[in-house]
Amino acid sequence: MTDTPTPPVAEDSVVRFLRGTRLQHDRVRDQWVIQAPERAFIADPVAAEILRLVDGTRPVAAIIDILAERFAAPRPVIAHDVLEMIASLAQRQVLTA
Amino acid sequence: MTDTPVLPPMSLLAELTHRCPLQCPYCSNPLALDGREGELATEDWLRVLDQAAELGVLQVHFSGGEPMARRDLPQLVRHAASLGLYSNLITSGVLLTEATLAQLAGAGLDHVQLSFQDVDTVPAETMGGMPGAQAKKLAAARLIVAEGMPLTTNFVIHRGNVGRIGRMLDLAVDLGARRAEIAHTQYYGWGLVNRAALMPSRAQLEEATRAVDEARTRLAGKLAIDYVTPDYYADQPKPCMGGWGRRFVNVSPTGHVLPCHAAETIKSVPIPDIRTDSLGAIWADAPLFRLFRGTDWMPEPCRGCDQREQDWGGCRCQALALLGDAAATDPVCTRSPDHARISKILADLPETPPPLVYRRYGNAPG
Ligand code: SF4
Ligand code: SF4
Repeated sequence: MTDTPTPPVAEDSVVRFLRGTRLQHDRVRDQWVIQAPERAFIADPVAAEILRLVDGTRPVAAIIDILAERFAAPRPVIAHDVLEMIASLAQRQVLTA
Repeated sequence: MTDTPVLPPMSLLAELTHRCPLQCPYCSNPLALDGREGELATEDWLRVLDQAAELGVLQVHFSGGEPMARRDLPQLVRHAASLGLYSNLITSGVLLTEATLAQLAGAGLDHVQLSFQDVDTVPAETMGGMPGAQAKKLAAARLIVAEGMPLTTNFVIHRGNVGRIGRMLDLAVDLGARRAEIAHTQYYGWGLVNRAALMPSRAQLEEATRAVDEARTRLAGKLAIDYVTPDYYADQPKPCMGGWGRRFVNVSPTGHVLPCHAAETIKSVPIPDIRTDSLGAIWADAPLFRLFRGTDWMPEPCRGCDQREQDWGGCRCQALALLGDAAATDPVCTRSPDHARISKILADLPETPPPLVYRRYGNAPG
């Protein structure tokens, strides 16, 4: 799977978690984790910020807008990070566009 | 005996029962199979799940035996889901019907791992010892995918089926699985009894690895493939369970709490029991869990080795089974003073495999 080029994600697409994957707060370790088939992996704080906005209805563009405002950062910078993160999570069968 | 910090476990392996309609000679269950009469009650398992979630477990793997032989499985899945635990069902699929699947999905089951003995019916059913099993498994896979549940197919590899790995993976794709595991037999329990009948040759192992690599390219984007090799051919042991008492906790059908599913073979300390102690207390304090936690227990050459926090000295149960000493370096390691034992086992593999010893009650040798 690792060899395939990451397909680009369009800003107007709506992403959602694939069935069998979810973001969850790990109370005991106080961290966010991505629960997926047969493994749980830690979502770093940036990934967690993005994934908490993935609700299956919001387009990627709206996620970018919210985060650009929340972090008072230039939109192109946020857009780059968000699109890259979503593409990589799609590749790992966590999200689907 | 150790000041190693105790991290909470990530995963609970809930071995609900040893009952199983199949009798795979590679089964890693212990030779002394627990009978139905000794199995934990539903309330015990509900309590185990409560304690696991409280302790920090994130995923629960319902396994066996055949976990679907327990009627309370949907109830346990529902309880796990209510606690936020990710639930995985590890099943042979032969008891799965549309109705039982709907019940489990409704209870919140997250994922199914379905095992196949082979891609072709005759060798599959020869290995599993259950006529008609293959058709039931294929039907189960289709039901799971049709329901929308994520599916991982699991194939256990041995000298008799290494040549069919490419086709196994094609089958996984045809069935609509998202993931496939190609897992060489692990030589514990019944697998160890049948080692001479199951162990591939080095050339076969290389062929298997090539087939997996080839399929990873061919099926990229369609199927994620996990590949588990037989450690006898490796230079370094596998980090068994990610380190003793570090990530996994295993509860047996009768309520024994174990750092790995083979740990009942270790007789030097008492086996902790969930009927008398809590999971948290056992995880932190039971002598069995403290015995090999961290690196303080290690003998040379592990003690001074830079790999000691990578592989944790390998498998304790393998050291016990092959050397009679659970505290020895896993003999699979080329740095182990006893590594010659492994070389000899491999050199002595018979040309013609001996008859299989099937996994069933009362069939254990000795
Ligand atoms: S390996 Fe075979 S015999 Fe053992 S539990 Fe699984 S299906 Fe049953
Ligand atoms: S000597 Fe011990 S720690 Fe080092 S590689 Fe071998 S088993 Fe692992």
